[in-house]
Amino acid sequence: MSIISSVAPRSGRTTELILLLGAVGIVGLAYVNLGLATSGTLPPGLVAVGVGYLAVSLAFHVVLRWKAKYADPLILPIVTLLNGLGLVMIHRVDIARGREIADGVALRQLMWSALAVAIATAVLFALRDHRLLRRYTWIAGVAGFALLLLPLMPIIGNSEYGSRIWIRLGPLSFQPGEVAKLLLAAFFAGYLVQTRDALSLAGRRILGLTLPRARDLGPILIAWLASLSVLVFERDLGSSLLFFGLFVAMLYVATERVSWIAIGMGLFVAGAYLAYLTFGHVQTRVLLWLHTFSPEALQTSDQLAKGLMGMAAGGMIGTGIGRGRPDLTYLAESDFIVPSFGEELGMIGLFAILALYALLVERGLRTSLGTRDGFGKLLAAGLSFSMALQCFVVVGGVTRVIPLTGLTMPFMSAGGSSLLANWTLVAILLRISDHARRPVPDAQETSAVGAAHTQVVRLP
Amino acid sequence: MNAPVRRLSLLVGALFAALLVSTTLIQYVFAADLNARPDNRRTLLATYARERGEILVGQTPVAKSVPTDDEFKYLRVYDKGPLYAHVTGFYSFYGAVGGLEQAEDALLSGASDKLFYRRVSDLFTGRRPQGATIETTLDAAVQKAASDGLGDRPGAAVAIDPTTGAILAMVSHPTFDPNLVAGHNLATVDKNYQALTKDPSRPLVNRAIGGDLYPPGSAFKVVTAAAALSSGSFTPESELPGGAELDLPLTDTPLPNHDNQPCSPSGTVTLKQALVVSCNPAFGEVGLKIGADALREQAAKFGFGDTLNIPMRVTPSSVPAELNAPQLAQSAIGQYDVRVTPLQMAMVAAGVANKGVVMKPYLVQSVIGSDLSVIETAEPTELSQAVTPEVAAQLTDMMVATVEKGTGTRAQIDGVKVAGKTGTAEHGAGRKAHAWFIAFAPAENPSIAVAVIVEDAAAAGSETGGGAVAAPIARSMIEARLNR
Repeated sequence: MSIISSVAPRSGRTTELILLLGAVGIVGLAYVNLGLATSGTLPPGLVAVGVGYLAVSLAFHVVLRWKAKYADPLILPIVTLLNGLGLVMIHRVDIARGREIADGVALRQLMWSALAVAIATAVLFALRDHRLLRRYTWIAGVAGFALLLLPLMPIIGNSEYGSRIWIRLGPLSFQPGEVAKLLLAAFFAGYLVQTRDALSLAGRRILGLTLPRARDLGPILIAWLASLSVLVFERDLGSSLLFFGLFVAMLYVATERVSWIAIGMGLFVAGAYLAYLTFGHVQTRVLLWLHTFSPEALQTSDQLAKGLMGMAAGGMIGTGIGRGRPDLTYLAESDFIVPSFGEELGMIGLFAILALYALLVERGLRTSLGTRDGFGKLLAAGLSFSMALQCFVVVGGVTRVIPLTGLTMPFMSAGGSSLLANWTLVAILLRISDHARRPVPDAQETSAVGAAHTQVVRLP
Repeated sequence: MNAPVRRLSLLVGALFAALLVSTTLIQYVFAADLNARPDNRRTLLATYARERGEILVGQTPVAKSVPTDDEFKYLRVYDKGPLYAHVTGFYSFYGAVGGLEQAEDALLSGASDKLFYRRVSDLFTGRRPQGATIETTLDAAVQKAASDGLGDRPGAAVAIDPTTGAILAMVSHPTFDPNLVAGHNLATVDKNYQALTKDPSRPLVNRAIGGDLYPPGSAFKVVTAAAALSSGSFTPESELPGGAELDLPLTDTPLPNHDNQPCSPSGTVTLKQALVVSCNPAFGEVGLKIGADALREQAAKFGFGDTLNIPMRVTPSSVPAELNAPQLAQSAIGQYDVRVTPLQMAMVAAGVANKGVVMKPYLVQSVIGSDLSVIETAEPTELSQAVTPEVAAQLTDMMVATVEKGTGTRAQIDGVKVAGKTGTAEHGAGRKAHAWFIAFAPAENPSIAVAVIVEDAAAAGSETGGGAVAAPIARSMIEARLNR
């Protein structure tokens, strides 16, 4: 017998704790920096805010130790840092706009953050295994599409800033697209893991590309029509691109078939072009995108132009937190929070923030690679890619890579629905990653054959 | 399913790479273009938020930035605004307009490369960048004397130190109050600015160094005399025709004396006497004798045709290129198309005063950083050797005589030998002539050279016009310089 002693696999929780302290430290430093730059004194309630933020993140950390010991150690610190920096910037815009703390956007965002963290921990408690979600595939699908199209309903649907992506119930307004993103990712994962064989194997080869059978085109056509109606009726290119891109990407991952990407991109480009030819509001968006500084465009909206000038004012190293004028741009604390960071932290600071997002997506994709079940793989890949795509749509929109849309930057932009949805997304990712990184039980305990298939899901 | 996930991660990498590229384009490659856009409010606010350097006359700021409570942070204030308006220019929503504000904008705003090390240290210390202070060469007393002397009359007066070229006074009337266009209320500023630009008397134009330029009239005879003496064919005692008029070739119209009277009873005058009484026929004859080229070359040696930056750009003065005989005779007495700036005429006086050496005129004595370190100090430089010291001495002698017993008696100062020359420049039939006076003093050891012009102030055909109107202004400027 060989002497092989199994080393206890590292959970990474200590790494996470250290990184988490660093993240909270950076946020605290940014807050101090802001206070010194704007009023020359330490910000009010520094200790209370700092300790509070630290306590909330440590609570999450403890929950992870307890409920998801092997979860990816980088995800929580990254999200904590992004959320905190977002809070500081929102507070910074509050100061510039002359809003007191009590009626500022930052305080609301802080409360939403706390609520989002609470919900995320609740998800970790309630969702013991991500494969449970597969049971709700169709419910999630129906709910997702319903939420996506909800803003089109009369009375509760609400247009803001040219996009009809809000619902309003009394004093509460909500952007259902963010939650729809989660539900649809779960639906796509559940649906595709069931149908992937049919979608991936059947078909004919034409020009080196294996094309699917006509009857298998149904789902992608439905997704296409849904995303087109979002584009046309909700006037929201960002959500449209996000959902369709998410679907096509997950379809590709499930089937490993490049033809789906070709079909998907073809459909999207054709649909978008058709919409451009037909609808005036799409043409306006394109005008603002391609000719931002033309007199006609500036007459319609100088929002994008102002954001760009803000970023240019920041230059390479930025003005420093509290020393720029991000408040000169509309929506500087929500849709345009990225230009706000670009102005005050500069190109270098924005690079760092983008790198954080890229790292977060990378951890998600790595989770997908490490997961042993197909549903988990698809779900992790879908959730991660949706985050990447959302970053691309938002940052690409304000930096003129694509037309500007009404999406929010995950974790940073002011907005409760976005925070709730994205923290929940993180909780699910953490749950999957815990599953992915958890060491496989020893061979003695389970039969070596098909361990993955016989693993028992223990229900509470 | 792992292979597509890996490829998906490549796509994610590409998406983020695109964002890095777009960010770089905006924040680095095209940042300067975006910042330079006229509708960029951030740039406007940033330039205002910077404490702009002061413009000093002596130790007194004539332009300074005072802190305000509004979003622009600093207000540009011009104490004694109208007196120094053309020296300072103004700083407004239109940017830095005219004067030193415009010419030295980079230093005043702190953006100049000369302040590079200072800016780097600001970067690390987080200190708000501050502009440099510009110390002018102006003498407040001379400036005031010039402005008071001109009063409400349009015209200009310039004084320079002949030994260095330092500009002691530069006044252009009518003037304006820069404070009217430097405020923070855009509507008011715009209204005031429009009023100034539409004002037919053109108060924004600095007549001392620009505008439409003036005919120099008889003041130009100093240049003609210099050319004559330098040619070697003439001495101050050379006999010249001194009748009531001079017959000219190619034309039936003779060159008349200013008052249509003979310059002397005998009908001939010496060159010296011709300058003293400003004899047109005599100088017409000199012009014809020495030729157009010699006259033009002599003018060029005094600085005609040079583009000077003091640091404001000075419009070059000119003698026409192609001249026939009658035009040459007219040019020799400063008429026809000879055009000068008052600064150029002050340089003529200064060249004679400084033993024939014309010094390059300058307005900035030194540039002082906000940490009080001296960044630049003016170095007097020679522009040209206009005449030999001997000719300069002869010209000085002739100009002293002009003030002592000729047309320039109104410039006499007790106990000081003043050298000067009057001018009455006609500019169109039926209009009153411009009154000129150029001078320097003390003649034996000059410390100031001046040129004064008062527009439309002299009756045409009377050489005493220049002497009567412009000479007293020059005298009070000289007195201010000499503390009398």
